Amino acid sequence: MIAHVVIWPILLPLVSAIVLMFFWNQSKIQRYITVLGHGITLLASFWLAMRTYSGDILTLNAGSWSAPYGIVFVADALSGSLVLLASLAAFCVGLFSVVSIGQGRASFGYFPILQFLLMGLNGSFLAGDIFNLYVWFEVIIISSFVLITLGSEKAQLEGAIKYVTMNLLASVIFLTGIAMLYGLLGSLNLADLSLKISQSEDNGLINTAAVLLLVGFGIKSAIFPMYFWLPASYHTPPAAVSAIFGGLLTKVGVYAMIRVFSLLFIDDPFIRGILIVLAVSSMVVGAMGALVQQNIRKIFSFLIISHIGFMIAGLGMFSTIAVIGMVFYLFHDIIVKTNAFMISGLIYKLRGSFRLENLGGMYNRYPYLSIMFALALFSLVGTPPLSGFWPKLFLLKASFNDLNWWIIGGIIAASFLTLIAIIKIWLAAFWKKHPNYAEAKKRIVWYDLPKIQKFTILLPIAILTFVSLYLGLNASRVVEICQLVADQITQPSVYIDAVLSNPVNQP
Amino acid sequence: MNTIILKTASKYLLPLLLLFSIFVLLRGHYLPGGGFVGGLIAAIAFVLHAFANGLPHTQRLMRIHPGFLMPFGLAISTISGMFPMLLNQPFMTGVWKKDPVPVIGSLGSALFFDIGVYLVVIGASLTILFTISETR
Repeated sequence: MIAHVVIWPILLPLVSAIVLMFFWNQSKIQRYITVLGHGITLLASFWLAMRTYSGDILTLNAGSWSAPYGIVFVADALSGSLVLLASLAAFCVGLFSVVSIGQGRASFGYFPILQFLLMGLNGSFLAGDIFNLYVWFEVIIISSFVLITLGSEKAQLEGAIKYVTMNLLASVIFLTGIAMLYGLLGSLNLADLSLKISQSEDNGLINTAAVLLLVGFGIKSAIFPMYFWLPASYHTPPAAVSAIFGGLLTKVGVYAMIRVFSLLFIDDPFIRGILIVLAVSSMVVGAMGALVQQNIRKIFSFLIISHIGFMIAGLGMFSTIAVIGMVFYLFHDIIVKTNAFMISGLIYKLRGSFRLENLGGMYNRYPYLSIMFALALFSLVGTPPLSGFWPKLFLLKASFNDLNWWIIGGIIAASFLTLIAIIKIWLAAFWKKHPNYAEAKKRIVWYDLPKIQKFTILLPIAILTFVSLYLGLNASRVVEICQLVADQITQPSVYIDAVLSNPVNQP
Repeated sequence: MNTIILKTASKYLLPLLLLFSIFVLLRGHYLPGGGFVGGLIAAIAFVLHAFANGLPHTQRLMRIHPGFLMPFGLAISTISGMFPMLLNQPFMTGVWKKDPVPVIGSLGSALFFDIGVYLVVIGASLTILFTISETR
């Protein structure tokens, strides 16, 4: 039985992108196809995720070449869930951009590129081969270069240069790491590499490769000393683009780190120590950076850095509870960060600015909408019933088990600082009176939009808020899934067996 | 460029290079060559023609915008990759016709994949080159 379903989340965005390219100049049709394509991808991803939740690890040998030699796509519970969440976030961003992306950007291929980005994301979550992972990273960064520069505003290009430079550098470092591993062990398949590394004696060079991969993925996921490109670029493109960037691009780096440090370089106290130091520094530094910013999107950008730290901390501790917390945090963060950036875009549409000093009066004018935003923003902080609370609880519990006071302090400090940053947004944008409404009103286009377009902008935010509420209120089901993920990734032998014991019936 | 030698040569080189690019494309399965190189050679043919005769002339000769080849090529490649899935084989498995076809040799899904790559490469490289050499 060949598990074709593994490849569908990669193929469907590709097919949609091709169809979109045939309608290059008809941006109206493109908007319909975008929603349809993302919708079908979401269904396929949902199906894949449900199949992985039964505990099986699905594999597909592309081109019928069997595992250590050919390219293999692997879907375990972690990949399945991330593909589902990525497709969901992309669906929502697609809906959001149907209205919020103008004719100018659409005519230069915004919609096909969004599909290619989703293809790259799903591909990297499903890749079972480290070089293939690199290729999907390239698909992601090439698409994201286009998305971040599309429109060619001055601020955008300035941000894009920083973004492009750092990401290319990260790719080079990542590729060097792969080259070293291949030179040492002669394999690129993750499962095969894992076996070979556990049997190898030449630990010095393997540790070097591990650190190279750590730096490469670290730049991509914007952890502590390598984060400065992120707040310099994520606030420049349109809100829809920063939503998908903020929600997913850094998480791919985190996913790659989880994969590599749970499958290849296991039980290395040196690397675990580095990870914990980096994690605690990212948490605190990111949150402190968020405090001084005045631009909503910059605040969220710094919060990304801080919250990446939480996941890396889980990876550093790597007990079962820590992994549950880390994976839960990853799920929660994808949804909430995408939502936060879309909310900032909506605030811009309603109030005409991203800067806190020019905002105000949201709560007075739109009380129900503000409550929905509050749910999204406070789940970012981790207020108890909402989705951010549970992963932090698990992470804290894990760090108390290890009696690692640095992580305990870091989590508590970062959570408080996040709370302060969110309260700052709340006070300035929602409760304060608008300082200069008459002037800002000129930039606001919201009132001219037809009803259906207003609905299309609000719907994705409502969907993601609902999902985030679901994660928080139905946490027991999510924890079950996280438990399954934790079982799978703390026992690499399960993954290795699934990949390598899948003979291909060659004709 | 306004030299009579290049102008005359490009008139003969264009069909010759295009033919050569198809030769390289078809020979690519076991020998050096393939869709990427073939596509580059075909693109060079048009670029040379544009150098000699001016861009508008070449664009008139091509009739369609080269960018239009990209979705076509991608579609052919993707369909050739997905075709084995209809036969319940994994994505991208090479499916071959049993008896060889005269001139082309053995016919399989890999050939169509390469044809797709060929078209994408022509489309992409000509779009880039035509865009940067356009004078306004």
